[in-house]
Amino acid sequence: MLYIDDIGRYFLMIKMSFFKPSKWKIQRKLIFKEINDLIIESIPIVAILSFFIGGVVAIQTALNLSSPFLSKSLIGFATRQSVILEFAPTFMSIIMAGKVGSYITSSIGTMRVTEQIDALEVMGINPLNYLVFPKIIALLFYPFVITVAMFVAIFGGFIAMTFAGVPSEAFISGIQMDFDPFHVSYAYLKTILFAFILATVPSYHGFYMKGGALEVGKASTLSFVWTSIIIIIVNFIITQLLLS
Amino acid sequence: MIEVKNIKKSFDGIKILQDISTTFEKGKTNLIIGQSGSGKTVLLKCLLGLHQPDSGEIVYDGVSNLNMNESDKTLLRREMGMVFQGSALFDSMSVLENVMFPLNMLTNKNEEEIREKAKSVIERVELDNAINKLPSEISGGMQKRVAIARAIVMNPKYLFCDEPNSGLDPKTAIVIDKLIHEITKEYNITTIINSHDMNSVIEIGEKIIFLVTGEKNWEGTNKEILKTNIESVKNFVYSSELLKKVKKHL
Repeated sequence: MLYIDDIGRYFLMIKMSFFKPSKWKIQRKLIFKEINDLIIESIPIVAILSFFIGGVVAIQTALNLSSPFLSKSLIGFATRQSVILEFAPTFMSIIMAGKVGSYITSSIGTMRVTEQIDALEVMGINPLNYLVFPKIIALLFYPFVITVAMFVAIFGGFIAMTFAGVPSEAFISGIQMDFDPFHVSYAYLKTILFAFILATVPSYHGFYMKGGALEVGKASTLSFVWTSIIIIIVNFIITQLLLS
Repeated sequence: MIEVKNIKKSFDGIKILQDISTTFEKGKTNLIIGQSGSGKTVLLKCLLGLHQPDSGEIVYDGVSNLNMNESDKTLLRREMGMVFQGSALFDSMSVLENVMFPLNMLTNKNEEEIREKAKSVIERVELDNAINKLPSEISGGMQKRVAIARAIVMNPKYLFCDEPNSGLDPKTAIVIDKLIHEITKEYNITTIINSHDMNSVIEIGEKIIFLVTGEKNWEGTNKEILKTNIESVKNFVYSSELLKKVKKHL
């Protein structure tokens, strides 16, 4: 029953975040601030992680292609497929659930604990529109982060293979091999859904938290756990629907 | 003026407010006092519209809460100012930005007008020297003054204060009490203060309501409370050794 109550409240929260909008002048400032905090500031960590994970994917693929009958271009192909289909959209989103999700939960949760949300309500301002809506809009730019992750991860694989002595022509022809544009569409569709989850699930945990400073930490952890679980489940459903 | 008529409120079957009726007068500092858990905060939140009473009526200058729809309630809230126990200042905004915030959000005034209005209110609470500081860079007493400035910047009809001097030293607490009292007179607003501080009661309690386990046990003025014979009120008023000694000299 408790989960049904939570699910209902989550959808009501989403609905309410689109109601009684703040003035556009204020909203615009908030959206730009959120784009900076949630998107721009995430790019360095995303780039670093993607570069090294792309390299590791390429090395591990090369390790398993020991047969001389298998073309080296398969390393590039496998790296591209792993990165585009799964690593960039899904695993990067789980990493972002830790970075962006915790930030959202703790910032909204702290506002709850320090009565700042009550202050907004008393002023006659819709706190959900003020706090959650700009995050949803900012995370519409999340596919840009995932695009960076895709390019940097494949580049990381390319660099790793260059050091490993794999001819660069073979790797490049591999990443061009049997390219299916639908795989990119599938990746971006997932990304948009994950972006919405990343904006709303942590907001829910922050907005409806109860207690003090200690509970803010607990809410952040819970938010990370639930965001990750929901991302993994949605990933499975989308993959089942589109690729099976 | 706010009239409260037979308000009842329960949470999970536990009665928090039991049939409370009273009147909070305009231009006066009205105090709700009582021990922790007596229902002061719930009553204040009912008056603010943050809790809906289970039964009873609240009348704001002739307009009943029972006849209000959501948009009326939103408009009513814009006539309310609130000073929270912990000040509830937006910690990423400076003092000036905090005070400008309601004007920015709720009025169509231009930036210059908003800035001037906010500055004049900040001057009124004597914080001109802290205008660009963040809440974390100023003392608790100064934070309370910013909260008061933010609460009155929209020229509210009603000012609510939840334990405005909790966590402050006695001298600063009296300064805050006097500031609220002066503002109530200057702006001619209905001020309701939730407190369990006897200094506030004696200094500024023009009308006092004493709650015991969700029921109105007594009401009167700051002069009357010191002379009352009701045992529960006497126990509350003279709970400290200092006040017991003062009583002997009365």
